[in-house]
Amino acid sequence: MHSSVGHALILALPVVVVAFYAMTAWLERRRAGANAPISFFKRNGIAVSIYLIAAVTLWTILMIVLPQLYMIDLSFRPKLPPNQMGGPKDLYTLENYQYFLFGSTRSTAQWNIIHIKAFALTIGASIVVTAFNLALCYPVAFYMAKVSTPARLRLLMLMLIAPYWVNEILRAFAIRILLASSGVVNQALIGLGLVDQPVDFLGLDIGMYAGLSYAYLLMMVFPLYNAIESLDRNQIEAARDLGAPWWHIHAFIVLPHAKPGIASGCTLVFMLTAGALAAPLILGGPSTLWFTPIVYDRFYQAFNWSQGAAYALLLLLACILFVLAAMRIGKLSLGEITR
Amino acid sequence: MTGQLVNRWLIGIYLAGFFTYLFGPLIVMGITAFNSSNYPAVVPFEGATLEWFRILLSDGEVVQGLRTSLLIGVLVVCVSVPVGLAGAIVLTQIHARARPLYYLVVVSPVLTPGVIIGISTVIFWRDVTQTTGIRMFYDGIVMTVLSQSSFISAYCMLILLARLQRFDRSLEEAALDLGATHAQVFRDVLLPFLRPAMLSASVLAFLASFENYNTTTFAILADKTLTTVLAGRVRQGSTPAISALAVMIVAITVAAAVAYEILKRRDDARRKARKAAAAAEEGRDLTPVVVGGAPQSAMAD
Amino acid sequence: MAAAVELDKVSIRFGDFTAVDDATLAIEPGEFFSFLGPSGCGKTTLLRTISGFIEPTDGSVRIGGADMRGQGPNSRPTALIFQNLALFPMMSVAENIAYGLRVRGTSKTERRKVADRLLDLIALPGQGDKRIDELSGGQKQRIAIARALAVEPKVLLLDEPLSALDLKLRHHMRNELRAIQRRVGITFIYITHDQGEALTMSDRVAVMNKGVIEQVADGRTLYETPRTAFVASFVGENNAFIGTVAETDGDIAQVASPAGPLSGRNLRKLRRSSEAVLFVRPEALFVDAEGPLAARTGEVAYEGSQTHATFTLSGGGTVTVTFGRGETVPEPGAHVRLGFAPEDAIVLPREGYADA
Repeated sequence: MHSSVGHALILALPVVVVAFYAMTAWLERRRAGANAPISFFKRNGIAVSIYLIAAVTLWTILMIVLPQLYMIDLSFRPKLPPNQMGGPKDLYTLENYQYFLFGSTRSTAQWNIIHIKAFALTIGASIVVTAFNLALCYPVAFYMAKVSTPARLRLLMLMLIAPYWVNEILRAFAIRILLASSGVVNQALIGLGLVDQPVDFLGLDIGMYAGLSYAYLLMMVFPLYNAIESLDRNQIEAARDLGAPWWHIHAFIVLPHAKPGIASGCTLVFMLTAGALAAPLILGGPSTLWFTPIVYDRFYQAFNWSQGAAYALLLLLACILFVLAAMRIGKLSLGEITR
Repeated sequence: MTGQLVNRWLIGIYLAGFFTYLFGPLIVMGITAFNSSNYPAVVPFEGATLEWFRILLSDGEVVQGLRTSLLIGVLVVCVSVPVGLAGAIVLTQIHARARPLYYLVVVSPVLTPGVIIGISTVIFWRDVTQTTGIRMFYDGIVMTVLSQSSFISAYCMLILLARLQRFDRSLEEAALDLGATHAQVFRDVLLPFLRPAMLSASVLAFLASFENYNTTTFAILADKTLTTVLAGRVRQGSTPAISALAVMIVAITVAAAVAYEILKRRDDARRKARKAAAAAEEGRDLTPVVVGGAPQSAMAD
Repeated sequence: MAAAVELDKVSIRFGDFTAVDDATLAIEPGEFFSFLGPSGCGKTTLLRTISGFIEPTDGSVRIGGADMRGQGPNSRPTALIFQNLALFPMMSVAENIAYGLRVRGTSKTERRKVADRLLDLIALPGQGDKRIDELSGGQKQRIAIARALAVEPKVLLLDEPLSALDLKLRHHMRNELRAIQRRVGITFIYITHDQGEALTMSDRVAVMNKGVIEQVADGRTLYETPRTAFVASFVGENNAFIGTVAETDGDIAQVASPAGPLSGRNLRKLRRSSEAVLFVRPEALFVDAEGPLAARTGEVAYEGSQTHATFTLSGGGTVTVTFGRGETVPEPGAHVRLGFAPEDAIVLPREGYADA
């Protein structure tokens, strides 16, 4: 199939969807007659209605839907020089995805080991980082929600938010200074006589994982805090009264109640970690393979945008799967995750 | 009793550890900013210096990047807040059957990795440029603003939505009943009601834009923002000048946070005083309205 | 002179639900008119229809003789006082009061003058620069009234505005509202489920039940000659005896009830063997050795100027009797007979009466 057909379909899709809903609404109003709820234009006035519709149309269609659809479209098209795009050679193909799996046709290896490994590692490591952050943040969130006094809570909030006003790059940089071979940690370890050679934290990717975890702690603390905060303190007291041990209270009362917060925090942290670019670039060792830098290289080193689009779509699919899994496990709606 | 004491100690130690993890790296970086050593280091501390701050401020690329970042930040606020506002209002009014799809579309940018938003924006506008020949949109700054706004608008929408859900429809009806047009209701009642949320949304939008890297690095093309300049520098090898920049940012942050806190406390105190004043007035509620003079006097002249 | 507000066969339906059914009435200029009824009876819907937030499904609303069909709330000569007052929290007291003038393009100085004059009217002089959350409940109430009066409406609509206030202030505000209405001389239409409010303030009251206007009359008429069983039981306390009409004799009908044959005024000219309810007010009952009702005294509650006592009837059911000062109240447990004058009892069709 030729690419121009695809473009026509893409442009028609939003029009068809909007027209479908507009028709449904119009028919319903006609059926309701005099009892129809006040119309959109009457409720907001003409000027405001035009602003609302224009702003939302620009946003949803030009800024969200069409770019995503174009990216999907491009990922199924061959790499062509600009003057041949839309030309006779511009036919839909799976070659970008084949490249991800099997590498270049000229390559001798059976599989594209480097890219597959990087993808798997990115997803796996993101899951581990997410789980680690959950474990790390849970006690803090619980303390803030159920133990702390209001005055101290405000201070803690401030202390949590303040580091996040510092740029992502600079936060990664701070970790790098800390863990460099001549950094504070190594000097301390040598000084204590625990090691006699500086540990290559960065080369071992420890720096990168620390940086990834460090970067998105806040995204875990706040959803957890909000969820635990809404738990009735009496439930905890009652359980304690009945002689439940502390771990029991957490496992069977607090954690189930905090499920929406856990799902929401995990989704955000996973998405941000899997899509992180700064920490891998700054803290990764020379042999580190994170997926996002590979995607970046497809665009601005290899200048193969079609392939880059395909890789980006793979990453997006992984994130969508994670969100769906979180929604299924936590029995949540989308609204609860983004709250 | 001792169990509780141990518990309290454990919690204290845990929190201390947690916040050390959070602040430790930043503090260390801060110290290196003042060390005259060529490589960012704490020890050996070769003597306090402000040299790195001077170098930073005379670095043309950093200053240019800062300018671009500020420009983009302001533009993103100008796009995201009105768009987020429209998004939130439409969400409360949209036909019930279209609402799930609409909600999915508008919050999807929040759950999409930033790199993908940047990539898709660049792909789309490159294509538009090739098809239409209009070159205006295939520009680093324009595309960065558009791509950042696509998800920052969603943040703004969520903030505004929370406030909008507390809006009392009877205020709108009261204004209409007093003769206001729909546009006047929007301007005089709804917007002032949403103003606090619009302020927070503006601040958040600016910060999110200012420190964004993932989306920007794809969309900015040949231009440079502060974050992309920094990323380049940090990768090349670091100098304490970068630490100096971090110190400046942290200092501004802390100052802003403290100022915000003071303002908030003052506002709380003022509100409390008003409540107290209202309570004091209750006692006078039972004094009669002085009825006298000719009927109609209030309406006649 | 045209009536201030006329409802002509107004029906309002939402889907299958009929909120107001065929309402017709005329409210005179300068009248203090109330709609009284239990919650869900359609009175608020009717008020919102008069103010223009709802269009009637059938029939028409005329204000000052002009048909209001198609006119939104912002183009009707009415002003509504909301149940929660709906004062604008982001504006000062004076800005609230003058908002209706601001949207009409009145100049700032003129607005300030009107606000000051209205603040004098509601006895809050010089409070224009205060903020809404600095005001007490009663002050907010008055500001809401002033804000509505500022646009010089022909009709002021009030949707249970006193319901948020405590009891003492509520009683106080009844007099205030009435005084303000006399002073400004425009039509007030008041919605309430509190019969005390409706009866003390209003020139006339429309009693509503399940979307239907049951009776429109002044307070005394409603109390003394209710037209329907619902009005008789809703307005004031009443003792009800359900039965069928056994005999009619001129204005008097005799009802065969489980408590025995009882006679009362037959205002609705009921025929023999139609289902009926006989109502007797507690103050119309008295101890009478010849009386038709055999009863045993239950609880006796002394309230100073009067005493309320409940009696269990030997035929089943209970009645309440009010004794004035100086009357002898039977001891609890005593067996007595109760009677009443047939002119003090009223026989009404049973239709629409829920036996509660």
